[in-house]
Amino acid sequence: METVNVKINGISIDVPKGSTILEAARLAHIEIPTLCFLKEINEIGACRICVVEVKGARSLVASCVYPVSDGMEVYTNSPKVLASRKQTLQLILSDHDRKCLSCVRNGDCELQKLCKDLNVDDETLYEGEQNQYELDYSSAHMVRDNNKCILCRRCSAVCEHVQDVGVIGANERGFKTNISCAFEMGLGETSCVSCGQCIAVCPTGALFEKDFTDEVFEALSDPDKYVIVQTAPAVRAALGEAFGLPIGTNVQGKMVAALRRLGFDKVFDTDFAADLTIMEEATEFLDRVQNGGTLPLITSCSPGWIKYCEHYYPDMLDNLSSCKSPQQMFGAITKTYYAQKMGLNPENIFMVSVMPCTAKKFEIGRDDQNAAGVPDVDISITTRELARMIDRVGLNFLALPDEDFDDPLGRSTGAGVIFGATGGVMEAALRTAVEVLTNEELPKLDFKEVRGTEGIKTASYNVAGMDINVAVASGLKNARTLLDEVKSGKANYHFIEIMGCPGGCVNGGGQPQQPASVINTVDVRAVRAKALYDIDASMPIRKSHENPAVKQLYDDFLEKPGSHKAHELLHTTYVKRSINSL
Amino acid sequence: MGISQKTVPFAGTKQQHEELLKVINQHKGDHGALMPILQEAQAIYGYLPIEVQTIISNEMNIPLEKIYGIVTFYSQFSLSPKGKYTISVCLGTACYVRGAGDIVNKLEDILKISDGECTEDGKFSLESCRCIGACGLAPVLTVNDDVYGKITADDVEGILAKYE
Repeated sequence: METVNVKINGISIDVPKGSTILEAARLAHIEIPTLCFLKEINEIGACRICVVEVKGARSLVASCVYPVSDGMEVYTNSPKVLASRKQTLQLILSDHDRKCLSCVRNGDCELQKLCKDLNVDDETLYEGEQNQYELDYSSAHMVRDNNKCILCRRCSAVCEHVQDVGVIGANERGFKTNISCAFEMGLGETSCVSCGQCIAVCPTGALFEKDFTDEVFEALSDPDKYVIVQTAPAVRAALGEAFGLPIGTNVQGKMVAALRRLGFDKVFDTDFAADLTIMEEATEFLDRVQNGGTLPLITSCSPGWIKYCEHYYPDMLDNLSSCKSPQQMFGAITKTYYAQKMGLNPENIFMVSVMPCTAKKFEIGRDDQNAAGVPDVDISITTRELARMIDRVGLNFLALPDEDFDDPLGRSTGAGVIFGATGGVMEAALRTAVEVLTNEELPKLDFKEVRGTEGIKTASYNVAGMDINVAVASGLKNARTLLDEVKSGKANYHFIEIMGCPGGCVNGGGQPQQPASVINTVDVRAVRAKALYDIDASMPIRKSHENPAVKQLYDDFLEKPGSHKAHELLHTTYVKRSINSL
Repeated sequence: MGISQKTVPFAGTKQQHEELLKVINQHKGDHGALMPILQEAQAIYGYLPIEVQTIISNEMNIPLEKIYGIVTFYSQFSLSPKGKYTISVCLGTACYVRGAGDIVNKLEDILKISDGECTEDGKFSLESCRCIGACGLAPVLTVNDDVYGKITADDVEGILAKYE
């Protein structure tokens, strides 16, 4: 590799040619603060927080985008640099709603941290006119508060370049510049897919999920309600981050203990419904293959992906699996089978789901998601909201014992838990489909070809004399690339897994936010996914069709996968939507 | 929230639509095609309402928001049609210090539109502009090609009456 020699704060170091000053400084163990910079997503050098002094340069330069050259001398912490960063922050604060105490990001705001680090001692130094924006509550899943927006454009870059949606962006100019939707529409009136990736990258409290923690506490204190909680696979791989644990720590046991102490009557696991999804989806897949149904079959677990498909590929709705998502299947089974079994009135059951996802808040309100005549799921909260609930009641999370989920809907397999990582649904489905097709036990359960965080993965398997081509995509831009290949006839797949968020649910829009300093340097997706694959490897049962609780559900209630009853309760339909409202 | 209600209903013709599609087809695939398309679309329709931007968005596979962002960035693009009479009020320094702001406020009051908009009957549109070089007459407003200088907010009603 060709290198150049640079001097950073007097330290001489060889760095790869083409590095930015920011990257070069990191190699010299110097962290330059950034605000708008997101690696490969938002490299616009706009916020001026990362400025540094380059010897001989006319003015300070933005280190995030400025390439090094041989012999360059850089000063990252000179008085001029520090004064400039501080002034930039003070100017940002001059048009920022500084209600930090009541802000959802109080304590983990990147702007707040920079102000502390750079010794901003007067937030009112440049007092003047401030923009006043109405808050946007129009979508089911989130709130946009432009009064807290600092115009870094991380959200709009993710929306357009990673998710290929582009419903938010910079409008107007100068002092009036604001991030919003076309023609000042509310987010809920656009083709926003509710993925929440904008929230995941927002450095401040400008973007946040609709918080339903008060409603959950209210249900928990209602003696007439039997409150049941289900937790998605990816939650256990990230919840610990909210309590200072390293990324990728599996906190399943403490999470269950915390939920029990919060007062839930039963603590169940969405992984159970993931196993159930595999039973239904693998059956649907085999049926389509054997009876000439629409192929490729595309998974339907990710509500962000589903909404994207409805808006952007309405001609491919027949390719979608008719299976409800695991969250919804779980609610449906709880309020029918479990209610019957326990002699509970489904109207008194209050189903709360904890999800790594914001689109799940949209999904619970979709049509046809009420198997028992009442909503399958009453409230869906994010991993972040659960962390807030734990903090609010003063649970010492780190000191909690490890506890197990309740029976029977807390029973799951290794196949269920890997749903949280891109490729996991495909691998789980293959474990079951291959055994059903060949009638033989799989010699090895790992389908490593579909693992990993690449945006698109493909593989072919010869099963019982038949070639099965599969593809896995995560992140909606990758989904578009894959689907365009399918539509043009360039690629021929039988089964496709698509997850709305890059890396799958572990990187969902409802997971604890990591600051850009971490996102830019650590593959958070891979580290969290590893936690799930480790759980899978340690499980005694790793195939969905061997889950004893799922088997019993079919024996006692649903008869068999794909039965009439299963279709009534566990399957759904989709609607065509347009991209633009006119 | 909600699609901002412009005062004049869209009245695009089939012919204009076809012209626009022709323009889009000419530029499709070009790098940076959006700017010339928007300029020509404004030449065809006189302005760029949601109906026109939606056609461009659908045909070009470009998010509507991206187009709207560009249209609201450049002051040469307009979201509102021009009225039969275009009123421009100079807000250059000389006019401004001699009370041009009050004149704009008065016009907005009487016409019930904001700066940049057009009355429902399509008669008057209002825009503020930068120095038109008639500082000696400050404050100045123009109605199409007619120039009115050294006016006060109280003169506004009388000027409008001339165009009834």
